[in-house]
Amino acid sequence: MSLAETPHPAACPACVALPEAADIRDRSVPEGPAQIQLSLPSIHCAGCISGVERALNAVPGVSSARVNLTLRRASIEAAPGVSADDLIARLQTVGYEAHELDATALAATTTDKAGRDLAMRLAVAFFANMNVMLLSVAIWAGAEGVTRDMFHWLSGAIAIPAVIFSGVPFYRSALSALKGWRLNMDVPISLALILALALSLWETQLHGHHAYFDAALSLVFFLLLGRFLDHRTRASARSAAEELAALEVPKALRVTNGTETDVYAADLRPGDVVRVRPGGRVPVDGVVIEGESELDRSLMTGESLPAFAGRDTAVSAGEVNLTGPLLVRVTAAGRDTSLHRIADLVAVAESGRANYSSLADRAARAYAPVVHLLALGAFLAWMWISGGDLRLSLNIAVATLIITCPCAMGLAVPAVTTAASGRLFRKGLLIKDGTALERLAEVDTVVFDKTGTLTMGAPEPAALSDVPRGDLEVALALAEASSHPLALSLAQAARAAGIRPARAEGLRELPGHGVEATVRGERARLGRASWIGAEGSGRTATWLQVGAGRPVEFVFTDRLRPGAAEVVGALRAQGKRILLVSGDAEAAVRAFAEQIGIEEVLAEALPAQKAARVAELAGEGHKVLMVGDGLNDTAALAAAHVSISPASALDAARVASDIVLLGNDLAPISDAVDTAVKARKRIKENFTISTIYNVVAVPIALLGFVTPFIAAIAMSASSITVSLNALRVR
Amino acid sequence: MEVLVFLIPISLFLGGVGLIAFFWTMKTKQYDDPEGDSHRILSDEYDDTPKA
Repeated sequence: MSLAETPHPAACPACVALPEAADIRDRSVPEGPAQIQLSLPSIHCAGCISGVERALNAVPGVSSARVNLTLRRASIEAAPGVSADDLIARLQTVGYEAHELDATALAATTTDKAGRDLAMRLAVAFFANMNVMLLSVAIWAGAEGVTRDMFHWLSGAIAIPAVIFSGVPFYRSALSALKGWRLNMDVPISLALILALALSLWETQLHGHHAYFDAALSLVFFLLLGRFLDHRTRASARSAAEELAALEVPKALRVTNGTETDVYAADLRPGDVVRVRPGGRVPVDGVVIEGESELDRSLMTGESLPAFAGRDTAVSAGEVNLTGPLLVRVTAAGRDTSLHRIADLVAVAESGRANYSSLADRAARAYAPVVHLLALGAFLAWMWISGGDLRLSLNIAVATLIITCPCAMGLAVPAVTTAASGRLFRKGLLIKDGTALERLAEVDTVVFDKTGTLTMGAPEPAALSDVPRGDLEVALALAEASSHPLALSLAQAARAAGIRPARAEGLRELPGHGVEATVRGERARLGRASWIGAEGSGRTATWLQVGAGRPVEFVFTDRLRPGAAEVVGALRAQGKRILLVSGDAEAAVRAFAEQIGIEEVLAEALPAQKAARVAELAGEGHKVLMVGDGLNDTAALAAAHVSISPASALDAARVASDIVLLGNDLAPISDAVDTAVKARKRIKENFTISTIYNVVAVPIALLGFVTPFIAAIAMSASSITVSLNALRVR
Repeated sequence: MEVLVFLIPISLFLGGVGLIAFFWTMKTKQYDDPEGDSHRILSDEYDDTPKA
């Protein structure tokens, strides 16, 4: 998929869940003038913008077309009659690749209200901070008497509304934590802000020397900056993830009284009849009522051998129809399909992971009570020392709160994750979850799925040279008459080996069985073992029989995914234990494991067994990275400590995993592990740096020597050091 | 020091203008497609539908 090969570099990276697969299927179709969204993976220049817009605007019925180069999308407003397919075809003729995007799945991308809200508050904090700092410089420089008072009053007039407005995210989070009788980082922050403002106001009124208006504002500004970075990485990851989901518009062909209509899969009801074209994905669970074909179930079961489907065969959503058209009566659609029932399995497996507490959480838990106790201790101690001087004691307590307030801590994690996930995004990895990088850094065991993960899921004939040339010529002639993946691959390989097809007459494809023709007066058949009358070997194979001769077997092996061997080698070099767990037949899995160099193998594994194996490893104290793509991997992906799936994976698998590989290549995985380890190191360094600042500053604060000037220096210096250190990850 | 009576309001006013300008750019969605905008300026075609 060329879309996957060109991750757009402009969007920034990172962390948070894909929209629930269930939500996507659950929406209604919007009415009114059609809003069509197209993904344009190949556009890159000014010429492309005007080229695409000109082409789209020339289509009758299109009222406006606008390209967004950053997102590589075009949004089109058109009359209801215009379909996305027409527009895609039109763009194809002028040389631009386009894909339809499901507009409703893109909801959050277009309206990033939370992000705009944060930016607004950040801007206010910045504006107020700069102004108050200017006034403060005058005070630090030695303004006296009335001038100082006036500057304090002015600072207050700017700072108080600004802190009240900009700090809302912290107050909210602190309140909700307190309601649950917990302490989080936002509690000391909010307390410090409120106390600092109140004390400064009181000091100003008493013509005091020190007011902390500037400190309160810098605190808000730096912390909001951390929040904003965090939000941006999450939002852009979500937008990229949503785009992946939106590319799969779940549509189906409903057949009513002999006429076919294109409908959304969500609108299907049990009892409806749908047509599944060859090459199409089955949209529902159902039973075949007409037609014969073969089904590729590899995404569901991991089996690489296509299964026969005829009348009364039960099919489930997600399987791919290979050769003949099928009419399917719907037994379950939308939320009720087996595809969606897996979601329950995932929810159970995931509950274990929800207990993971990130480094930031752990730091906050240790830190917040210490801050409060220190400040309270300072207050009480100074009350006793000074014999009840409330003003002095409060001053020192507030100075302690401000100096210890986790400015640098608030930036420590977001700055690193932003830098690290930006780096990984450029390599084609999408980090969906905020703590995924931390968890990835702890991995010591890697479990791979075979079909579709380490392999492309695309078969390749093995050992063609062992087959007599005459048979190959017949096989090629027959194979070229079919669009079955095995036939296509056989024909391609035979052509590449310089084989010319034999003259075949009366070529006829029997969907679900094979191809039949007359060659040199004899009947020739190429197809399934059972149809030819041969004994199946359990391997992925197709059989050829000429006349009444002995059937010839063509064995297929799966093509390795690019980078698969490198990743396995690199992970081994990093000292990780590597396992191969597949739903495919024992023989196929063993042969493959030997080829790629994995010793530990579990074959013919059911979805629950895969998850159980992962859970077992976890039980032994291993931190497992699961790499998989199919529905049968979904539970295992969710059960693992951290999980990765390729972009070609089923929607449900992508939802269950923490990291999505955008390209075809697996090689970035080992890089990701490296980067994750580095990122975790930087996060820890950042915590150390901010702790050192505190260790130095706290005694000074407790002794009562901290002035607003020292607080401002300490706060800015630690925040800047931490941010610079984070940038080293890039 | 009487000059402060003018200087401080002027500095606050100028800062405020910057702040309001920033709000305006956010409200008119000027950060939605930074890459596209940087290219559009090079296009010699007249843009009939500039994004509102």
